[in-house]
Amino acid sequence: MSTHDHDHSEDGLSRRKVLECMTWAGTGVLWTITGGVPRSLGIIDSAQAATAPGMTFLQISDSHVGFDKPANPNALGTLEEAVNKINAMPEKPSFMIHTGDITHLSKAAEFDNAERIISQTKLDVHYVPGEHDFIDEEVKLYRERYGRGTKGHGWYSFDAGGVHFIGLVNVVDLKGGGLGNLGAEQLAWLEDDLRSKSKSTPVVLFAHIPLWTVYPQWGWGTEDGARALEFVKGFGSVTVLNGHIHQVMQKVEGNVTFHTARSTAFPQPAPGSAPSPGPMKVEDARLRSMLGVASINFKQGDQRLAIIDTPLQG
Amino acid sequence: MTKITRRDFGLVVAAAVLLPVTTARADNDIEVHIDNFVFAPAELNVKVGTTVTWTNRDDIPHTIVSAGKFRSKTLDTDDKFSFTFTTAGDYKYFCSLHPHMTGMIKVE
Repeated sequence: MSTHDHDHSEDGLSRRKVLECMTWAGTGVLWTITGGVPRSLGIIDSAQAATAPGMTFLQISDSHVGFDKPANPNALGTLEEAVNKINAMPEKPSFMIHTGDITHLSKAAEFDNAERIISQTKLDVHYVPGEHDFIDEEVKLYRERYGRGTKGHGWYSFDAGGVHFIGLVNVVDLKGGGLGNLGAEQLAWLEDDLRSKSKSTPVVLFAHIPLWTVYPQWGWGTEDGARALEFVKGFGSVTVLNGHIHQVMQKVEGNVTFHTARSTAFPQPAPGSAPSPGPMKVEDARLRSMLGVASINFKQGDQRLAIIDTPLQG
Repeated sequence: MTKITRRDFGLVVAAAVLLPVTTARADNDIEVHIDNFVFAPAELNVKVGTTVTWTNRDDIPHTIVSAGKFRSKTLDTDDKFSFTFTTAGDYKYFCSLHPHMTGMIKVE
């Protein structure tokens, strides 16, 4: 595996090769994006060695604290393993984003346990909610904890390291038969938020449900996601980071890179490969190779962005 | 408000006559199961007065929502939700967490 050559020349990148690399992304490949063309630099060890200084932030997702079913009877334990892995990283990331489903059932104790573990990273964490974070009776626990300074149901933006970050909420007011939903109010805010930004500013959009259509038969997409993407057209570097589907998936379209992160709790099947998108029970020995976090590196100046998906094990 | 008009009186009598019939039909209760993110059966034809009970048999929580008609709490694994249909009509419903899951109860 480690001897496989993934260093393609940019003009010779065939569709087959891209697909091959997409498979590799699932086992920990460093990606660099230059002019919209993905180029993988090798497996994790050599990739980390090749990482130049720049801003690095982490993405963690779908911790589902409280989940205790056969697919992973101890989701809190695997979250803790992910946090230990983060704490052992040779270079401390600038901050972390959590792309939702912090808890499984929005119980106060689940939020408290998640906070107790995640705070051990001693990193600033920027959250967006998943649908599992809004199912307490009064729909208030998430917003009490993470809603301060946000708009609407919890959307916001901030700047870090020369990159403009936008956290979106697409798990509210879902319509029967539909997909994820941003809604008119949030879209108007987004358009306004981007108006003052120069087109050379790198933009990172993050939300729970994929903003691109991954697999509508399982609800893996956002009804009005294309509207949001219209507003970032013309920006030189756009990265869309999502969770929800509990597996790594990547797509590049023009200047936009779409990427989904693993869960720290349980894997879900590849689109259409099972009767439903529910938790996938795998052999115990394989579980930790299907859970993990993502590390994203941005180097000022050359518009390149690198994503490393690191499994908990393997 | 103290006077009962002819029309109101008529309604009270009608309700009194209908009530036992409705109760009798309610014996015919029906179950809907959720397995693999699917409501089964997805479509049901029932009589007025029928109680439908949904059971979530997935490892993931679901809800049962019919816009403006009824809304369950979040159902964890093996939780149930019941609703008695007292008015005829078509009740489209869905899971507000996974809106691609839809179902229909036709009440006549």
